[in-house]
Amino acid sequence: MSKYDQLIKDLGPRKFSLKGKLWVALLLAVTVAGIIAYVDQLIRGQVVTNMRDYVLWGLYISNFVFFVATSFVAALVVAALRLTKNEWRRPFVRMAQIVALACIIMAGITIIIDMARPDRMMNLFIHARLQSPITWDVIIIPTFIVVSLLLLYFPLIPDLAILRDHYSGTNKKLSKIYGFFAMKWRWSQQQINLQGKSIHLLVLMIIPLGLILESIDAYLFSTTYRVGWNSTNFGPYFISGAMVSGLGALITVVYIVRKNKQLENYITEYHFDKIGKLFNLTCLIYVYFNINEYLVPLFTAKKGESEHLETLLRGEFAIPFWIVTLVGLVFPAILLIFKRFRKPRPLYLIAIVVVLGAYWKRYLIVTPTLLHPYLPIQGVPENWHYYFPSVHEWLITGATLAMALLIITLLIRYVPVISIDRLAEEEAERLTSEKKAAA
Amino acid sequence: MDDQIKDTRRKFLNNGWKIGLASMIGGAALAHLKEGFAFEDTTPSGETMELMDVDGNIIEVDPMDVEELDLDHVTHNVRRGMPGRKFTMVVDLAKCQNALACQRSCNKHHFVTGDNAWLKIYKMQETEDTSPYWMPTMCMHCDQPACVTVCPVDATFKREDGLVLIDNDRCVGCRFCMAACPYSTRVFNWSEPNQEFEMNMDMVEELHSPEHAGMPSVKGTVDKCDFCPHQAEKGELPHCVTACPNGVFYFGDKYEDTVTNGNETVRLSKLLEENAGYRLFEDLGTEPSVYYLPPKDRLPFEEGLENYNEFQSVEKPDAP
Ligand code: SF4
Ligand code: SF4
Repeated sequence: MSKYDQLIKDLGPRKFSLKGKLWVALLLAVTVAGIIAYVDQLIRGQVVTNMRDYVLWGLYISNFVFFVATSFVAALVVAALRLTKNEWRRPFVRMAQIVALACIIMAGITIIIDMARPDRMMNLFIHARLQSPITWDVIIIPTFIVVSLLLLYFPLIPDLAILRDHYSGTNKKLSKIYGFFAMKWRWSQQQINLQGKSIHLLVLMIIPLGLILESIDAYLFSTTYRVGWNSTNFGPYFISGAMVSGLGALITVVYIVRKNKQLENYITEYHFDKIGKLFNLTCLIYVYFNINEYLVPLFTAKKGESEHLETLLRGEFAIPFWIVTLVGLVFPAILLIFKRFRKPRPLYLIAIVVVLGAYWKRYLIVTPTLLHPYLPIQGVPENWHYYFPSVHEWLITGATLAMALLIITLLIRYVPVISIDRLAEEEAERLTSEKKAAA
Repeated sequence: MDDQIKDTRRKFLNNGWKIGLASMIGGAALAHLKEGFAFEDTTPSGETMELMDVDGNIIEVDPMDVEELDLDHVTHNVRRGMPGRKFTMVVDLAKCQNALACQRSCNKHHFVTGDNAWLKIYKMQETEDTSPYWMPTMCMHCDQPACVTVCPVDATFKREDGLVLIDNDRCVGCRFCMAACPYSTRVFNWSEPNQEFEMNMDMVEELHSPEHAGMPSVKGTVDKCDFCPHQAEKGELPHCVTACPNGVFYFGDKYEDTVTNGNETVRLSKLLEENAGYRLFEDLGTEPSVYYLPPKDRLPFEEGLENYNEFQSVEKPDAP
């Protein structure tokens, strides 16, 4: 099995360095703080948040929308690139699956955090009503979790078998665990066929599921009468936004992993350039949908709508709006056109900015609309007229982000971030073809 | 319906000795102490049970002498509504002076203790050139209710008699209905409601029903105006209607084509026709059950300013 040794050394599980340990400790600390805050929220009620009758959704829902959007990366990278047989996808696929899985799990948890009566969660099944977009979410999110979990797991099986064999002499316990998940994988033709078919099926499923997931997320808003949400543009607008935040998160994770595991030979500038181009495309599409959402309505906006646009474009929310739009989207979209900004490091920095922008953007989709109902806000305490998340909300939201990062970190720690099996296979193919050419 | 009766009976029996209903029985069941019908076995059982009478005294009676209070006077299905009725309301803006009596009465009878009343009186002025007026709003009990459409668990439901009610025992607290309602009428119990009842809590629990919202309010669920079906049942008008000194609110039945503000009873169709009645945000298509009469020849607007408080709609008891 020596052909795997180098690959395992580079890509296989590696003990946490001190830095890694500190990172995990930090994530755990943030998670614990969030859990404590959440327990307090359970006891005292959502009064611990700064949401009130007008701003009835806040940071939690923004966070939820962000997670859902980011999980779209599974459909985009894993499936779309695979179906179009883009060879450069290889180093990204597994990490994309990991990011997507972590995000969709946390999306599910976040929506429960926002529910004021999680103790009655079963009602969502017992009394489910099909015309409510929340019920659609209740159906699609678990489905997406299962499919993206399998989509991570099935292609992983040969790698797990490799690790099982690798550790069989040195670390019996680890070998056993990997062996358990490898499900007696022996590279038999039958197994390979079955695996190939299953993956293909999942790949075909994840694309429509992803599109449905993002659309439902948009419908949560656009099925209300609210100015700024009630938009027929919202479905595709959310999908294009999801591509941006998903790819941004992926690029960020890939860059950090590459740096920490010294994978420069596996994830080259060529790969970054390619994914940078895809990223550029998605940003441009998103710019286009933003124009549809914010500029075109300016011409015919009715009173409420124009007031809403006004607060975004030059009123109360103008500063964050323009920062998010220009710094978080338009500038990156322009910069990415140039090859020099698609080099790993600049691309990474741009991706971080875009992800932060995408996060803030979700907040700007949720809050301003709620502060502009049809009837004026009257007869309620003055601090109901604006919204800034409370300490509880920050802690709990921070914990959900930390948990997502924790899932990603742990998976990357124990699972080869690029398929060893595939790389070895490609290497073997290359050798044989070279031999043939020589002969 | 039969099931419901059985259910209540079972509950009553379960309560047995605990007799959480003590105070209620104190008030009502004592009056029902059996006179001893000839065909029933009235020999004392020898046992006694403790009850509390209206004055709070503990008394001992023979269990044989106690009869269940019929709480099942609700003869219709709470989810389907009162058969053959269609409740409607008309708000005459010309008479509104922001006296706030309606709001106070509503807060009192629904035990509203939060920061946002269910019945709000808005100070309205569309543009600089148009003159201001007062506009009370409550749940419009829409015939195409946006809130009902989006509720994932059917906790908010529409009845055949037109009412849109909330089952606070089912609501999961997602607040989607609040986001959906264009009239901003829904109020959330962000914390344990700080309500005070004069009656025994067990009785409150027993009377607890979507037909009397706020009794009690439930933490983590939504509340809103219920059009007072608990009053209609008794043949009485909603609290806001009777409280208003100016007769702003007319309440009635669309099928009967009559509405009344307590003083005068009028034909609904005629009232709307003569005064050019309209509904709020008609263009949204929510089909409200509440009509408005335009503020023509209205009482002086300024007099209402005295009561106007932009930041308060529920009066708080003075801090001790
Ligand atoms: S006014 Fe709002 S809460 Fe009342 S029925 Fe209409 S949509 Fe529902
Ligand atoms: S908050 Fe309650 S009543 Fe409103 S939509 Fe959610 S479950 Fe239904």
